[in-house]
This record gives sequence, structure tokens and C-alpha cells, in this order.
Amino acid sequence: MGTSRWGRSLRTPLGACAAALLAVMALIAILAPVLWTGTANAFDTSAILRGPSPAHWAGTNNLGQDVFYQVLVATRLTAALALAATAIGVGTGLLLGTAPLVLGRRAGRVITAVVNIAVAFPALLLALFFAVIFGVGARGALLAIGFASAPTFARLTRTLSASVAGLDYIAAARIAGVGRVRLLTRHVLPNIGETLIVNATIAAGDALLAFAGLSFLGLGVQAPSYDWGKLLYDGLNGIYVHPVAALAPGIAVILAGLAFNLFGEAMARALGVPELAGGAIVRAARAGRGTRAGRGTRRAGAGASPGSAPSTTLPSTTLPSTAPPFSPTEPDDCVLSVRDLQVSFPGGVHPVRGVSLTLRRGEAVGVVGESGSGKSLTALAIARLLEPPAAITADQVRLLGHDLLLSPGDGVERHFLGTSLGMVFQDPMTSFNPVRHVGGQLAEVATQHQGMTRRQAAARAVDRLRAVRIPSPERRYRQFPHELSGGMRQRAMIGMAVMGSPALVIADEPTTALDVTVQREVLRLLKSQQAAEDLALLFISHDITVVGQVCDRVLVMYAGRIVESLPSAALAASARHPYTRALLAAVPSMETDREQPLAVVPGRPADPADVRPGCAFAPRCAFADDQCRDADPVLTSAGDGHQVACWHPQASPVPITLVSGAATPAATADARETT
Amino acid sequence: MSELRFEGATVWFGSRRHGHLAADHVDLVVPSGAVVGLVGESGSGKSTLARAAVGLAPLTAGRVLVGGQPVPRHGRRPVQMVFQDPFASLDPRMTVGESVAEAIPRGFPGGRASRRAEASRLGLLVGLPDGVVDSYPARLSGGQRQRVALARALAGRPEVIIADEITSALDVSTQGAVLNVVRDLQRELRLSMLFISHNLAVVRYVCDVVAVMRAGRIVECGPAEQVLAAPGHEYTRELLAAVPRPGSVLTAED
Ligand SMILES: Nc1ncnc2c1ncn2[C@@H]1O[C@H](COP(=O)(O)OP(=O)(O)OP(=O)(O)O)[C@@H](O)[C@H]1O
Ligand code: SF4
Ligand SMILES: [Mg+2]
Repeated sequence: MGTSRWGRSLRTPLGACAAALLAVMALIAILAPVLWTGTANAFDTSAILRGPSPAHWAGTNNLGQDVFYQVLVATRLTAALALAATAIGVGTGLLLGTAPLVLGRRAGRVITAVVNIAVAFPALLLALFFAVIFGVGARGALLAIGFASAPTFARLTRTLSASVAGLDYIAAARIAGVGRVRLLTRHVLPNIGETLIVNATIAAGDALLAFAGLSFLGLGVQAPSYDWGKLLYDGLNGIYVHPVAALAPGIAVILAGLAFNLFGEAMARALGVPELAGGAIVRAARAGRGTRAGRGTRRAGAGASPGSAPSTTLPSTTLPSTAPPFSPTEPDDCVLSVRDLQVSFPGGVHPVRGVSLTLRRGEAVGVVGESGSGKSLTALAIARLLEPPAAITADQVRLLGHDLLLSPGDGVERHFLGTSLGMVFQDPMTSFNPVRHVGGQLAEVATQHQGMTRRQAAARAVDRLRAVRIPSPERRYRQFPHELSGGMRQRAMIGMAVMGSPALVIADEPTTALDVTVQREVLRLLKSQQAAEDLALLFISHDITVVGQVCDRVLVMYAGRIVESLPSAALAASARHPYTRALLAAVPSMETDREQPLAVVPGRPADPADVRPGCAFAPRCAFADDQCRDADPVLTSAGDGHQVACWHPQASPVPITLVSGAATPAATADARETT
Repeated sequence: MSELRFEGATVWFGSRRHGHLAADHVDLVVPSGAVVGLVGESGSGKSTLARAAVGLAPLTAGRVLVGGQPVPRHGRRPVQMVFQDPFASLDPRMTVGESVAEAIPRGFPGGRASRRAEASRLGLLVGLPDGVVDSYPARLSGGQRQRVALARALAGRPEVIIADEITSALDVSTQGAVLNVVRDLQRELRLSMLFISHNLAVVRYVCDVVAVMRAGRIVECGPAEQVLAAPGHEYTRELLAAVPRPGSVLTAED
């Protein structure tokens, strides 16, 4: 895995060019001094300060030495000095940057403070300062440039290692008695190494340029040695007589500097790419689900998760009230209609494989399924929040009769989405901008999309915060997202979703990160907003119990398809698809028998990169036969408002003993919320 | 296995003036070989208490004893912990086997090979498929990662295990599989365990004793059957009422 990711940097044209340049430079650095030192150093008093000629391609200097060969021979010294300076910088930086981790908090704070001050000095100034201390010459310049780049590296190392050190696996290793030094070498450094190497490469280019600069100023390499900077300096004396003697080392410096920088950047880009196409979104969801662990410690490394981008681009756009074009064929109260929606990624990854659904005004529809079944991708595709390389196709995606497939994705469409669709995500911390007031972010929706003045928008935002039952909304308006508790943030998120009076709200695992009491509050709020505004609600969750509580209808999703669609009320009594029944059976309830193992869905979820013919659930299904493995069942009617995609739908009225509390109407009434 | 005992454990975060009491004179005992469930809302201090028990959060007052001895702040702890987030709890640069082997105490007899064998044995114990020991965490599902984390905790030869919301990031079906492993292990090895969760059904399934925490304090503690069937504290009743029940319908009004 590692090598292929590094290899990717070579596959970009830029990276390949830079790598080729570096390779040529390395070859010259090794061979040139061996082959041509004599030629380069030979005096030819008959040809002093000559221009280019077939004998001397880049002319000669004031001693009659061949400049071209001198540039070639100087490659070794130049490169060696640049690399040595980088090594000093990186080495010192690593020591200083990791010291807080090894030495403990108090000593660490002192070192960090010193480093922060040092970083504030311009590097060249530091270099000059060191040159004065260490004296003029190659050694002084080397130390000067090396130490001058150390603070930047120290800070980089510090930041990177602090974010790694906050992770749970470091805590686990500490508890297991792993010492500080081993923590550093085994856990921290390997995980920040890539970033450091990339930055060191870029820094080597900078060091090379800095060296050329110092030598050029006469502070670097001294005669009789010469590097490119010294040659440049020499050449400049005769610049008016023959400019090529100055140009040749100049070009060498620029090429080499560029090669280092570009190669570093190509690597950075290659390594920054998520490993799996589309993985970013899935990962964001997972990361969100786990953010409550070690909240305090994670705070230090508040770096945005790589996948947070899609969620921050929420429908923060709106429209002045131009009526959307209504298609006369849609039923009056149809809010969303999706036909055969597919989402795929390069490399044959096909996580959504033909989803169709319809939502009417005031209707709450739930989507359940294991993680990775394609729930979130479906939601993001409908909201047009997926970006390339995700490929979306569908026969139809209509929101309020407005065809989202045909629309150009321009400002008008974003306005339309911004006012008619609200989104609520699992982790509001990644959906809100952490450095802006909550209220301002709500108000922005109204100023941008509804053409309100700032004052009107602020009033509306306060009103919405009150509507989602946030106490003292005027005060909360001016608070930052992190100053709100998790439940309150989620409520503010719902408030934001209904800022523009949308017709449809999509809530993707809105309560998964919350505890039961807060969860119930947030769900109630969602329901009351839905009732008050006559919203259509698309509610996504992996918890079939919660979906059953909140929604009128449940869609069960497996491997990118809807395998069963049924009224919530019928869930416990008449679910027919083996997967739905397995999901129901797996939920532990307050009546679960403690002496029996919990029911589980055997096997692993289907792999969206490897979709086989036949029913996707067959490898895990107790009722699978040859028919199941050969042909994929389609969604067909199984009675009143009930559809199922299975060759052998199960018919027993009570499939699960574990939810016995809900099996009979009497028990259901009993369990109904009474408070 | 020994007992874990919190005596007046208090954790104060932040400065003296602008601080925040995350755990407030907590007295709690996890008897040897028993599973104690700790429930409570977000921010009530459950994780803080767990981190204090393993020396990751500093105690402002009180103490944490394992088998009568204070928990050391350095070196191998007699209490091992399994964390909530399966995607942050394993080093992506180490194979599963290496992660588990690292937690095996230094005095373990034999060389590298025997540590490896021990790691494999623990892997099988928590129900990991054969080849997984040599793969990197990126290839594992959430449920498999939590099993690895369990194996790593067991590798540390703990007196007590703390499981902090170990299934709340998992799907129901995966959750069931992990809970089955926890339950089997506990019965087999007589583990003493502090099991933190906000899912009461899960706690009821796994635990013998339940403690309810709110705003840094334990408000109720007793045998699981009793606390969940006849809660004594108003807050416990609230928690119980909030548990989503299959077949129930959530209405908008309170
Ligand atoms: N390092 C820290 N610095 C300051 N405050 C902290 C720190 N760690 C935790 N807290 C705060 O302490 C309180 C208790 O946190 P803790 O994570 O222990 O709660 P919890 O009950 O485990 O919550 P959850 O169920 O969400 O995991 C919270 O208000 C939290 O913000
Ligand atoms: S079609 Fe066959 S394999 Fe698929 S769920 Fe139905 S019975 Fe099982
Ligand atoms: Mg916690």
C-alpha cells in the first residue's frame, strides 16, 4: 500500500519531470567530479573570459577555466551542502519538535515557546546572524542555513505529533506500558513521516537556493572550492562581457531548486489523495460517529477530517423567490421522486445500484441498513453534494417537480436547492464552521437565499433557534459551535435546515452521536418541525428501532439497493425480507434474554467493489438457494403498501423473539411513549 | 482478576477559577469477576472516570485502587482499556499482530516468535479470522477492529478491563457480535469489567451491576435487574423512558 502511494507521485507529469531532473542531477553529482575535475580546474591563460565557443560551451572565467565543466563538477558540492543543511534543519527540528512528547509537559512548554519565537524570524536574517557567529565560509553557511530552517520543522513536527498523540492508539500503548521513546519511534514518527519527508524535500530546494544566495553574497563557499552560487558570483563580474558564464550556474540553481520543490509538491498531492475513491465520505461518517471518544484530548488536533468537505458545502445557498418550474405530470403533493439512482466510483466500485423512492408532503420515510450499504451516498446524491470522481446516473431525480438531473448545477439551481432542501448531518461539529458564530451561519442562509436584509435574517435565525427550543436563543446566537453541547448543536443544525422553509429535509444519522435522552429530544424536535411545516422527511439511520419510531414508511437498503419497503407499523409483525428480519433480531432490547447470545447477521457486508450476480444477500442468507445465487430478485409487491425483493420472502408473523414487546398490538400500545 | 475501586475520585479540568468538575467525589467498586455498567448522558463524566482509572486524566482528589493498590501513573497499568472509536484505536502503521504483541508484558517467556504466537492465540480468542493477524487495520471492518482492541487489552494481562462505549460506533449486527465476544470472554476468564455505555439495553445485557452517572456524580448504583426494573432515582427513570422500544411511535409533543 505504502509504495504504491509513493509511486503515484511519479505518475503525474509534473512529478515525473521533477523526479527525472533529480535523477539526472544525482547522476551528475556522482560522476562529474570523477570525470571532469581536471578539465574544470585546468587553467588556460590563452582563453581568459571568453564567450561560448565549441571548445568552451559556456565560455571561460577570469582564470581561463571552463565554466560549463565547473558547473557540472560543482553539482556535487552544491547538492551535498543543500542536503546537509536540510539534514541539520530536519534533525534539529525533529529533536525540538518531539521534545515536548518525550520530556513531558513542563519542559515541552518552554521549548515550544522558544520555537514559536524563532519561527517568527525571517530565515535569511537568521542565516546572516549565524554566518556572523560561525564565520564566513562553507561550514558557517551550512550551519546557518541548517539551523535557520530548524524552527519551521520543529513547529511542523510539534503540530503533527500533537495531533497523533491525541489518538486512542497512543493512549492504549501508554496504558500497556510502552515507554515514551518507543511511543515516539514506533507510533508517532511513522505516522507523521510522510508529511515530514515531503516537507524536507521542498526544504532541500529552499536550502539550495539559500546556499546559492549566501555564496553569491560571498558569505558561502570560498575559493578555491566552488559551488553554483560562487560560480554565479564569479560570472557576474563579467556579465557585460559574456553573460553565459553567469547564466549557466544560474540556470542550474533554478532547475535544481524547482526540481526539489515540484517533486515535493507532487508527492504531497499524491499522498494527500484518499486511498479509496469515495472513501472520504464513508470515512467522514465513521469519523463523525466516533468523535465523542476522547473529546478533550482530540481537541488539540482539531484538524478537519479529510472527509468533512462534503458536509461543509451544505445547501448554504438560496434563491430569491422565483417559483420553480412545476411539471404538470407530478401528483400535487409529491415532493421528491427518484428513479433508478446509481452512484459509482472509478475502479468498478458501485455502492448505489438503482434506488427509487417517492416522498409526499408531510411524509417521513426512513432508510435503514448496515454501514456501507449506500444510505449516505443516496442522500448526498439527491442533494447534489457528491463531487467527482463520484458518478451519478438516474432516470429521474425530481424535487418539487424540478428536474435536478437536467439542471446545469448553476447558481439558480443551488438557490433552488438551498430553499427547498434542508440537510441535517450526523456530526454538526463538522457541518458548522468552527470559527464563526452559530447564529451568523444560520442568518447567512437567509441573506444569501431569501434575499433578506441582515437584520431580517438575524431575527429569523433567532426565531428558528427558538423554534428548535434552544434556551435564550439571543445569547446562543452569538456563541461558537464548540460552546454548545452536542444535542444543542444538533438542534441548531435542524434550525439551520428549516431556515429557508424547505419542502424536504434529509437527516443523515442525526442522532447517532447522541445519548438516549438527547436523542429522543432531537427526534421529537425533528418530528414537531416536520408536522409544523408539513415537511417531507428522509431519515437515514442504521438503527431500525429508531427509524420505526420516527417514520411512516421504512426502506431497507442492502448493497446499494432497496430490498424491502413497508409501513413502520408492519415492521415487527410482517417484515418479510431475511435481511430486514435479521436486522430486527439483532437489536438488543430491554427484554432480551441474557442467557442467550445476541442474534447477529452472519458474515460480512457486501463489498461495493465486488458485486456478484444474483441476490447480494445470498452469501449471508439462511434461505439462499441456486435461484438466489443466479438471479437478482426485483422489488415486487407483497401486499398492502409493502414491497420486497426476495425469492423466498418469509411469512411467519412474528419473526423475532427479541422484540416480543412489540409483537402484539396490546404490547405496542403499552410501549407507546406516554410521557 | 481483582477489584477496581474508586474512592472519592475527583477530576477537575482547567484552571482553578475557570474550570469544570468532570468527576465529583466518585465512589464506585467493580467487584472481582463482575461487570459493572456505567450509564449516563454525554458529558456526565463517564469517560473521564475511565481515563482517570488508567492514569490518562489526573485525579484532583481521591484515589483509584486495583486489588488494594493505587494504579501507577507510568509503565504497564493493571487496568487496560478499550476505546470507543474503532478508527482511531489502532496504529495504521502496525499490523494487528504487532499492535497486540506490543501490549504483552516485557517479562513474557520466549522471544519474538512466542510473542507472535501469543498474539495469534489472543486473536483467535476474540474471534478474529486466521489471516487477520498479519494485516493492517485499514483492511479491517469496525467490528474486527474492536475485537483487535479487545485482544490488545487482554494481552496486557489486566486485572480489570474498562470498555468505554466500545459498540456505539458500530452497526447493530456488528454490535451484537462484539457483545457476544465480550460476554463469552467475561464468563470464560472471569474478567472484572467496567462497561461504559449510554445504551441501556446493551448495559442490561452485559452487566451485573449498574451505576448511573450524572454531572460528575453517581446518582444510583445497584444490581442491574433492580436498577433497571425499579429505578430509585428520577434521572434513571428518565433514562429508561428514553430508550427507543421496537414498535413504539415517537410523538412530537412531550
Ligand atoms: N481534557 C479536557 N479538558 C476540558 N474539559 C474536558 C476534557 N475532557 C473532557 N472534558 C469535559 O468533561 C466533561 C465530561 O466528559 P466525558 O467525555 O468524560 O463525558 P462522557 O459521559 O464520557 O460523554 P460521552 O457519552 O459523550 O462520551 C465534558 O463536559 C467534557 O467536555
Ligand atoms: S433472494 Fe434468496 S438469498 Fe436473497 S434474501 Fe431472499 S432468500 Fe435470501
Ligand atoms: Mg464518553
